[in-house]
Amino acid sequence: MTTLTEIDIKKQIKTFILAYLSLEDISDDYDLFETGLVNSAFAMQLVTFLESEFAITFQNDDLEIKNFQSIRCICDFILYKQNVT
Amino acid sequence: MNFELTKEQKKWAEQASDFTNQYIIPDAHHWDQNEMIPDTIFSLLGKLGYLGALIPSKYGGLEMDIISFGLLNEEIGRGCSSTRSLLTVQTMVGLAIVKWGSQELRDYWLPLLASGEVLGSFALTEPELGSDAAKHQTTATKKSEHYLLNGVKTYITFGTKADLFLIFASVDNKSTAFLVPANTPNLTIESINGMLGCRAASLAKLTFIDCPIHRENMLARPGFGFSHVGNIALNNGRLTVAWGCVGILRACLDSAMAYAHKREQFGKQLKEHQLIQEMLTNMITHYRAAKLLCLEASHLANKHNHQSIGAISTAKYFASTAALRAASDAVQILGANGCRSTATVQRFFRDAKIMEIIEGSTQIQQQLIFNLTAKEYLKKRQNIEV
Repeated sequence: MTTLTEIDIKKQIKTFILAYLSLEDISDDYDLFETGLVNSAFAMQLVTFLESEFAITFQNDDLEIKNFQSIRCICDFILYKQNVT
Repeated sequence: MNFELTKEQKKWAEQASDFTNQYIIPDAHHWDQNEMIPDTIFSLLGKLGYLGALIPSKYGGLEMDIISFGLLNEEIGRGCSSTRSLLTVQTMVGLAIVKWGSQELRDYWLPLLASGEVLGSFALTEPELGSDAAKHQTTATKKSEHYLLNGVKTYITFGTKADLFLIFASVDNKSTAFLVPANTPNLTIESINGMLGCRAASLAKLTFIDCPIHRENMLARPGFGFSHVGNIALNNGRLTVAWGCVGILRACLDSAMAYAHKREQFGKQLKEHQLIQEMLTNMITHYRAAKLLCLEASHLANKHNHQSIGAISTAKYFASTAALRAASDAVQILGANGCRSTATVQRFFRDAKIMEIIEGSTQIQQQLIFNLTAKEYLKKRQNIEV
């Protein structure tokens, strides 16, 4: 499997999130929770997308808001999980 | 997408069909009338592994693929929606534990759920909380190593039979999920009878007054109860309901076609009359369409594709509304004979209406479909001139 760079990961996450937003672009630090984007309807889609796209598995201990707060936070979490497994 | 069934999938469908024909169809009417499924059926479902169909094999489950599980639900749903509802709630609880439970919770509960030794039930709805599902009024207050549960859950499927509940409560205004054994002190379970449909689904009202739940029974952290634990369960629940509706559609089509073939009016069989043909044609078309939507959603879920979530809502929305139309037309074709308490089509009609309400109503599914999938179409078509 090809190792993705941090830039690639952020790009993929942003592409996915923008598919569901009525915005043209967001910054890496755009607060997904404060804006109400990560509501319950989108939450499982995000988890499913991240798991299948980046070959990681979310577990109970991973459910912390800081892991989903922004594109940067999600990217950091993915890199952490990929390094751990 | 290639929807040709594998040998394994066909095997599961055939086995479930035989089981339904032998053990469910002959007595489903009585279960509906008596508002009760005998314990022997739960034992049989457990022995066949159906109650642990999606649980990983290392915990004693069958670890079925999603399409096979869907076909199982279609066949059981063809016989009895109440029985199929047990597969729904058992699987919802099992999957929530598989995904979000601690290793200790998985090791303890999953083998018991897989064998059917423990029956699970999903408890989200409250007297003042239906579609607005995340705003629980049931609370859980931390007291040392425990949480004290207070509140009421209602219309809980198989609530009077369950050994284990998956409960959603508010911890400091954050949605949280807990596993609560049925024998927890200060938990009262009362039967709810006389519902319009799925009358044998053993509905219950649960009342919690300072029920102590050990903190280790929490699934996921506060704030992630409904969004993550609830949604993984509801997502699967919706898919089983959709497949169950495919079963209802087929059963209605079978009954209506058989009747229209036998019954004559105005010198010819009912099926020779064009307006009857219209109703039968609609049933055939909607059955095929509903099944294809379920196959698509199941195929995407098998691949852990995020688009499965929108596809599942689409399947549930279409299949449940189509099942109600089919059941209504089946009663219409049978006329007064379809209105008797002994007619299977009137049971399908009542059960189909329930399918439009549970696991997220038709209106909720429509909102979800729009919110999850509409933007994809909007962005692709922005430059189209109208």
